[in-house]
Amino acid sequence: MLENTDKLDALIQKYQGQEGILIPLLQEAQELYGHINKELMLYLSAKTEIPAAEIFGVATFYSMFKLKAQGRHVIKICKGTACHVSDVDSIKFALIEQLKLRPGEDTTSDMRFTLVEVACLGCCSLAPVIMIDDKTYGKLAPEDIVGILANYS
Amino acid sequence: MRAITVKVGLASCGIAAGADAVYRRLESYLIESSKMVQLKRTGCIGMCFEEPIVEFDGGDLGRVTLGKVEPKQIIHLLEEYLSDRMPKTNLILADQHDAKHNPLMASQMRIVLKNCGVIDPQSIEEYEETGGYQALKQALSMRPYAVIDLVKASGLRGRGGAGFPTGLKWDFAFEQPGPKKYVICNADEGDPGAFMDRSLLEGDPHRIIEGMLIGAYAMGADEGYIYCRAEYPLAIKHLRIAIQAAIEKNYLGPNIMGTDFSFTLHIKEGAGAFVCGEETALMHSIEGLRGMPTLRPPYPAESGLWGKPTNINNVETWANVPWIILNGPQAFRAIGTQQSPGTKVFALAGKVVGSGLIEVPMGISIRDIIYKVGGGIKDGKKFKAIQLGGPSGGCIPEELLDTTVDYDSINATGAIMGSGGMVVMDEDTCMVDVAKYFLHFTQNESCGKCTFCRIGTRRMLEILDRISQGKGETEDIQRLQELAQNINQGSLCGLGQSAPNPVITTLRYFRDEYEAHIVEKKCPTQVCVDLLTYTIDKDKCMGCHVCALRCPVKCISGKRKQPHVIDPAMCIKCDSCYKSCRFDAVVKA
Repeated sequence: MLENTDKLDALIQKYQGQEGILIPLLQEAQELYGHINKELMLYLSAKTEIPAAEIFGVATFYSMFKLKAQGRHVIKICKGTACHVSDVDSIKFALIEQLKLRPGEDTTSDMRFTLVEVACLGCCSLAPVIMIDDKTYGKLAPEDIVGILANYS
Repeated sequence: MRAITVKVGLASCGIAAGADAVYRRLESYLIESSKMVQLKRTGCIGMCFEEPIVEFDGGDLGRVTLGKVEPKQIIHLLEEYLSDRMPKTNLILADQHDAKHNPLMASQMRIVLKNCGVIDPQSIEEYEETGGYQALKQALSMRPYAVIDLVKASGLRGRGGAGFPTGLKWDFAFEQPGPKKYVICNADEGDPGAFMDRSLLEGDPHRIIEGMLIGAYAMGADEGYIYCRAEYPLAIKHLRIAIQAAIEKNYLGPNIMGTDFSFTLHIKEGAGAFVCGEETALMHSIEGLRGMPTLRPPYPAESGLWGKPTNINNVETWANVPWIILNGPQAFRAIGTQQSPGTKVFALAGKVVGSGLIEVPMGISIRDIIYKVGGGIKDGKKFKAIQLGGPSGGCIPEELLDTTVDYDSINATGAIMGSGGMVVMDEDTCMVDVAKYFLHFTQNESCGKCTFCRIGTRRMLEILDRISQGKGETEDIQRLQELAQNINQGSLCGLGQSAPNPVITTLRYFRDEYEAHIVEKKCPTQVCVDLLTYTIDKDKCMGCHVCALRCPVKCISGKRKQPHVIDPAMCIKCDSCYKSCRFDAVVKA
C-alpha cells in the first residue's frame, strides 16, 4: 500500500477536472516518491479515473519517468554528437569502472549513484560532458572522474 | 565616477564552465569594496569555446571581452581595467561587437541573436530599451491579415528544419473558423548537437513571447503553449520570469495594451521523447498522452490541439517575427538569398576551433562557416565531414564545402538544413561509427507506431554493428540501401522518413570506409575497437612495466627491462597501454 498520500492527494486535487494533466501529474508525483511504481500508478488511476494502462503507457513512453528507485545522485552521460566524436565512451567506461557497475546495472548497490545516458545536454562546446544532479562537468578526461565522484556522498 | 558595467555570460554553457563562481566572486568583491561598478548577468555571448566569458564596459578602454576567466583571476583583471590598463591575459577582443576587430564576428549577422549575450534576460526593461514590444505595438495597430501579408512578403521560412513558408502556414490557421485557436512554440530541441533554441530562450526569452503574440493576434488565437525540453531548466526558469513580467506590463493577459486582443501563454515541459519535436506528437504530449505522431491531413491548422485550429512554429521562427515587423519585409529580403531570405542560427560544435552559437546570413558557404566564422579545424587536423540536421540530416564531405547555406542547396546534398546543429568531424572520425551512432539514436527514439521505422531501423543498426565488428558481408551495403528506401517510404512522420539519412549520405560520400570495414576488416580511423589489435614493438619496449600496471585485465606480461607481450585473447582494447606508453612501443592497427 502506498503511504503518506496527503501531498499526493493535494496534487491530484490541484489538477482535478483539467485537460491534459497526466504528464505534469506524473512529473510531480515522481518528485514526491522518487520513482513511479505499480502501486503509485494504480493509486493515481483509482483517484483520477484515468485507466492504469494509459498511465503505464505514458510512464514508459517518456524517458523522464523512472519505474525503479534511483540513487541519491544521478549521473547523466551526454550522448550528443559532439560528445560522441569527442570520445565520451571513455568517460562512460571510467564511470562504470569507478562505480563497479555490472552489465545491466545502472545503480550502485549502496544507492549512491545512478548512471544514465541522455540525449544531448546542449553544452556541445564543452564536450565530452556529464551532468551530476544539476551540475555540469565539461572537457572531461577519464582521469578526472575519481576526483569528481569524491564530491558526492 | 563613470558607470562601469561588468557582464558575465550565464547561459548553461557558461555555468557549466564555471561562470557562476566568477559571478559570485565579483559579487562579494563589489559588496566589500563599494566600487561604482554595475554587475550584470547576460545570456550566451556565442563564443562558447572561451567560456566563462566576462565583459567590461564603460571605462576609457571601451568594451573589453575576456575569456576562460577563473574566479581567482577576475578581481585582478577588473582592477587592471579600472586603472585603464588593458588586461594582458584572457583577452579575446577589445570591442566585441565591432566586427573590424574580430574575424569570427565579421561574417556573422545578428538579427535573432541581437540581444543574446547583451541584455539581462531576466529584465523586461532591458528588452524594452532595445525596442522590445514595439513590434507588438505596431502589429496591434494593423489589421490581422495585414500582419500575415507582411510575414508572407518577407519570405520567412520555418527554422525548425523543413523550411515551410511561415506566412502561408499562418494564412491556413487564419482561414479556419474560430473562436478558439492555439499557437505553439516548439522548443523541444532534441537533435543531439544542437543548442540554438536553448541559448535563445535563455538569452532573450521576451523576443519569442513577442513573436508568438504577434502571430496569435494575426491568426486570431487567444491561447498559446511553449513546449520546452525539461532538460533545459534555465530556459524554463527565464521563460517563467519573462511571462510573469509581461503579464505585469500588460503585454500578456486580457486586453493587451488597451486593445481587444487577449492572450494567455503556458509553458509545457517535455518529458523526454525526441519524437515530440514532430508537431502532431507534440500536441498529443501537451494533451497528456503518449507523444505519437498521427497522419496529416488534417493538418494542425484545421484540427490541432484538442481538435482546434493550431499553428506551431519553432523558437527561431518566432524570434524572427518582431524584427520583420519593425524593419519591414524588404529589409529582411535584402539579407540571404532569393529563396531563403534572412539569417540562420547554428550551433557550431565538434572538432572546430571556435565552437559556439553563430548567426550567419543565408547564402554563406559552409566553408566560410567552418574556416572564417569557426576558425578552422582543432589541433591542426584535417577536415573530413560536417554533419547537419542531427539524426534526420546527413554528412557533407570536403568536396561539397562550397555548398551555400539555403534550404534547397543543402537538401540537394542529401543532408537537411535542420534546426541548426552543425557538428564538424575531422580525420579521426569514423563515418561508419557516425552512421551507427545516429541509427542507434533514432532506433531508440522511434515511437514504435510504424513497422518500418520500429523494426527497419533496428535491422539497419544490426547490420552496422556487424560491419563495425568486422563481420560485415559485401551484400550488406545493398541491404542497407534497400532498408533505407523502405523506411523512408513506409513511415508516417519525419523521424522515420529521415532516419536513414545519416546512412545514405555516409554511404554516398564515404563508401570506401564501409568497404574497408567489410572487405579488409579494418577501421581506417581506428575508432571501431573490435577491428583493432594491440601489440608491443619489441625493439621500442624498454620493459618499464607501466602498461602492465595500467592494464585493467592484466593481460600484459614481461620481466622488467625486457620487452613485454600483450595476450590478444584477453585484451579488451581499452587503450590504457597505448596511452600510458612513453616510448611509442604499443602499436594498434
